[in-house]
Amino acid sequence: MSQKEVTSKRHMGLKAANRVSNTAIYILLTIISIVWLLPFVFILLQSFRCETDRGMVGYILPKVWGFDNYIKLWNSDFRRWYINTFIIALVSAVLVTVIQLCMSYTLSRFRFKMRGPLMRFMLILGMFPGMLTMIILYRVLADLGLTQANAVPGLILVGFASSGMGYYVSKGFFDTIPKSLDEAARVDGTTRLQVLYKIILPLAKPIVIYTILTAFMGPWGDYVFAKYVAFGTSAGYNVAVGMYSWLSNDQIGNWYTTFCAGGVVVAIPVTILFLCLQKYYVEGVTGGAVKG
Amino acid sequence: MKQYSDLEFLRLSKWQRFCYKFLAFFAAIPHAIANFFIKIGKGIKTAFVKVVDEFRDIGLTFAHGDWKTKVSYLVMGFGNMARGQVLRGILFLLFELVFIFYMVTTGGYWLSMLPSLGKQGPTKEYDPIYDTNVTTYHDNSFKILLYGVLTIFFIVAFIYTWRLNVKQNKIMEGILKKGGKLKRDKDDLRSMVDENFYKTLLALPLTGILVFTVMPIVFMILVAFTNYDGNHNGYSNALFSWVGLQNFNTLFSWQSAGGGQSYSATFGEILTWTLIWAFLATFTNYFLGMFVAMMINKKGIRLKKMWRTILVMTVAIPQFISLLYVSKMFARNGLINLTLGPQGLGWIKEPLPFWENATWARITVIIINIWIGIPYLMLITTGILMNIPADLYESARIDGANAWQQYRKITLPYMLFITGPYLLTSFTGNMNNFNVIYLLTGGGPTNSAASGAAGSVGYTDLLITWLFKITQGTEAQYYLASVVGIMVFVVVALISLVVYNVLPSIKNEEDYQ
Repeated sequence: MSQKEVTSKRHMGLKAANRVSNTAIYILLTIISIVWLLPFVFILLQSFRCETDRGMVGYILPKVWGFDNYIKLWNSDFRRWYINTFIIALVSAVLVTVIQLCMSYTLSRFRFKMRGPLMRFMLILGMFPGMLTMIILYRVLADLGLTQANAVPGLILVGFASSGMGYYVSKGFFDTIPKSLDEAARVDGTTRLQVLYKIILPLAKPIVIYTILTAFMGPWGDYVFAKYVAFGTSAGYNVAVGMYSWLSNDQIGNWYTTFCAGGVVVAIPVTILFLCLQKYYVEGVTGGAVKG
Repeated sequence: MKQYSDLEFLRLSKWQRFCYKFLAFFAAIPHAIANFFIKIGKGIKTAFVKVVDEFRDIGLTFAHGDWKTKVSYLVMGFGNMARGQVLRGILFLLFELVFIFYMVTTGGYWLSMLPSLGKQGPTKEYDPIYDTNVTTYHDNSFKILLYGVLTIFFIVAFIYTWRLNVKQNKIMEGILKKGGKLKRDKDDLRSMVDENFYKTLLALPLTGILVFTVMPIVFMILVAFTNYDGNHNGYSNALFSWVGLQNFNTLFSWQSAGGGQSYSATFGEILTWTLIWAFLATFTNYFLGMFVAMMINKKGIRLKKMWRTILVMTVAIPQFISLLYVSKMFARNGLINLTLGPQGLGWIKEPLPFWENATWARITVIIINIWIGIPYLMLITTGILMNIPADLYESARIDGANAWQQYRKITLPYMLFITGPYLLTSFTGNMNNFNVIYLLTGGGPTNSAASGAAGSVGYTDLLITWLFKITQGTEAQYYLASVVGIMVFVVVALISLVVYNVLPSIKNEEDYQ
């Protein structure tokens, strides 16, 4: 056997091995995709099930199809919960973004005496479980009249007030914008404010979108604090608290399929928005993970 | 412990280096503690010196100052106004007036009540007109503690502002003596968007953090030293009061409580599971997520975008929907048990105890968490994996390294180095992962040995869900919750401290900018 034959044979062997491993990967990825998507397909299918039994069943394909669950959903308190959540998400998206950008831009660009201690202090503050502050925040909100039926402004207030703590991801992004840009502009006599909105903000578009997106998506899954603040008043629920109540032991028999319909109605707009802005989200989380 | 020189250290294998560093960290603890106390001693000394200096400076400023400065000691901002800085002067004066008004009207009351947390609880008196007992409410411990803390914050702020006012007078006099010009109001306003822009930007976020995070945390730490609970809610049934370290004693006592296990045994069990959970949840997600990302990234795999989009979609759907649905899927009468059971495929006779058996529940929770977490980790690691220089793999391949060796020698070290800080935050995040546990199991199945005075504790309860549970209902034990909260903080802080000292990838912040 000549040298050439040996290499070509080895080459073919490698190629075959590569093909085998690629096939294995395709199979695995297909299985993974199915496992990850199936529950959502189930939810979708269950939401169209219109039999008299509205509880949990042992089959996936509905025997009677229809839109009854969506009609029931529309006529229930769900409408109110959806509007509540939507308002919270929208207002928080604006306020949280402003606060977080202020915080992260400052900590990235300015060097002042209290900067180091401030960042260390916030790191330590972040180690306390947020749950701990709920008891008192609830009482404070109750004193302000922002609980139960008025839970929406209360949740917005609490949500955005301490959002400055989550500055890490966007600070990491601002750190990557060269400081020489600021300095060049400063030499030309612009104020810091002008530097911010004329130079930095246009460059920071990805992180602004990322912050808006995460701030908007957060309230849709917020359960425990929303439950605390609404305190059993249906008018103040958000979707998570409201729909959770449908799955309690005495409700589930009537509301299970409606829960699935609600899940679809909640998930679709958020998912579409997310898929459109996916690029920015990926940039944000990757940057955040790298820079801690 | 044996100290290695730098040269000896370099000769060790990677694993030995890690062990060495790990042991060195613990060996250094006594020294660090000693240093800590020495530092505290020095700190007290310097603080004392500083305070004396401050007082001397205040006295000297008063003695040497002109009449404008002297008046400013009583009427804040007078010096500023008299010297043309009207805006600053008005702000100082306004702050002083607000402070005096607050202290005279309510602040004094809250402060005087703080040591006792209220003297007179609600009383019941017979009302002959309506022929019933009428309850009259008096002091409110909750408000006394809350506003007492606020008042102390306010006093500290006032002292600081007063000192600033005195300092400014001194500086102004100095400038004027040298024949310099003072800043005008216009300059002050301009500096707010220029050299002092950071103060403008930070004002709102920091106020929010102070009021809605710092103040509640201070309050809850103080609650740990009171007997605030459902039966002493401080207002409508009974006042609560200071109890010292009693609650910490309760949590760490070995005596059985309420007919069940002792608090310390319950606490120990929950803490152990919390740590196991955090460890498994973090690392299963990390490695499996990386594995999926590597599969999609592999050369020759097509439709990369489609695979990613499928997984990313699951990140978008609000967690409570997927968690609640999956939790019902695994329930006793849920889809899986019904499919496998006698009415379905008939593979099992009895429903599988996913949520009824402690071990089953714990394993199921971890597996579902993998389902939740992999897409997210896949997203994070994809970008980093693509950043690993390709020539590293090239040269490894030429040296004849197989895929596993390449992974172990190139990919893994690189990933661990880059994502070290992320792993730490993810670990502590998982320790406090309320949503996954609460929405899946609600903490259950119930641990009957532990229940008793400590609320209903389940086998999958984390410290954070336990904390939540003991603040619920009429028997809520807020004092215990805040002790548990403090313990969570201690554990998280300890782990962070150890990891930060052992991990190599703690970068100097300015280095990578």
